Amino acid sequence: MAHIKVEENIPGIRSLVLFRPETGKSLYDLAQVLLRGPSSLPEAERELIAAYVSYRNDCMFCMKSHAAAARCLYGAEEKLVDEVLNDMQQSNVSNKMKALLHIAGKVQILGKEVRLEDIIAARSLGADDKEIHDTVLIAASFSMFNRYVDGLASFTPTDATVYEEMGKRMVNGYLPPSSEQS
Amino acid sequence: MPHINFNNDFPGIRSAMAYSPETAAPMGVLAEILLRSNDGLTPADRELIGMYVSYLNDCFYCNHSHGEIACIYLGGDRELVEQVRKDYSKAPISDKLKSLLAIAAKVQKGGKFVTVEDVAKAKENGADDKDIHDTVLIAAAFCMFNRYVDGLATITPTDMDSYPLRAKQIVDNGYGNHVFTNKQPT
Repeated sequence: MAHIKVEENIPGIRSLVLFRPETGKSLYDLAQVLLRGPSSLPEAERELIAAYVSYRNDCMFCMKSHAAAARCLYGAEEKLVDEVLNDMQQSNVSNKMKALLHIAGKVQILGKEVRLEDIIAARSLGADDKEIHDTVLIAASFSMFNRYVDGLASFTPTDATVYEEMGKRMVNGYLPPSSEQS
Repeated sequence: MPHINFNNDFPGIRSAMAYSPETAAPMGVLAEILLRSNDGLTPADRELIGMYVSYLNDCFYCNHSHGEIACIYLGGDRELVEQVRKDYSKAPISDKLKSLLAIAAKVQKGGKFVTVEDVAKAKENGADDKDIHDTVLIAAAFCMFNRYVDGLATITPTDMDSYPLRAKQIVDNGYGNHVFTNKQPT
């Protein structure tokens, strides 16, 4: 049960956003810009960074939902998502993506863990400043989203099909839930 | 030196926000609501929570920036800010705020560290659901802000006299993209 009185059976962050729509709107706006806005990083890769950070933070709701969104976005290459969540270094994503996921993993621990050599490595594999910025901010924002969702013990569905549906919906973008449609 | 070229020399989060105004905008709105609402928790309470989480995350820029903002709201009581930072359990603050700071410290470690007992204690001390919600989200949001600031190695001003100037700018005008579109205070 959630730590505060939210609508029952509404999963994860959606229940929290319905509890406090004012902050909810800015959280969804941030997710929309970061994960769906203009960027040279494909949306699939951005969702995968989000799922990877959520996995490292042991946040099942965010990990399963963003992994589902990433699988939809990768399409025929969907198995990359599970490869990364099982063993990032052994996965078949590009070396550039591995370098960015490595930076995201550092950010998940703490900002100061990111070292100049991590940045140099990502750059030498083709990452530009905007891609490094976006990676750091996606990882930082999921260090927030994960804590919000678990810190208030929001409802985490266990049924895998719930996440599949969620993933399909998330591909279309992030719009805060309203009390009528939820 | 910052890890990426921001094309500006603003301090701390301001440089990253100026580099990426599209993401800065919702973060500014979030900070404005979370830190400047005055229901249940005062702006001073909210800033102390943000400062404390930044201290725990070892983010010098956020720790001292929000410490100075709290200081203004507290009528210049910098000693109280320092007491909260070093050992809030002995600081002359309410039991309610102490139990909320305990929750914030749990959130800083990870969401799952917050227990039913932590929440029950805060409720006993007078916190309602919205106070608990805002505390968790402030703590979570600073886990983002701190990582954004340090993960890109933004510039941390060493001149401690510059912190109260930027703090006054926030107290006077609130959070938002004006912090990088307007001239930096001197």
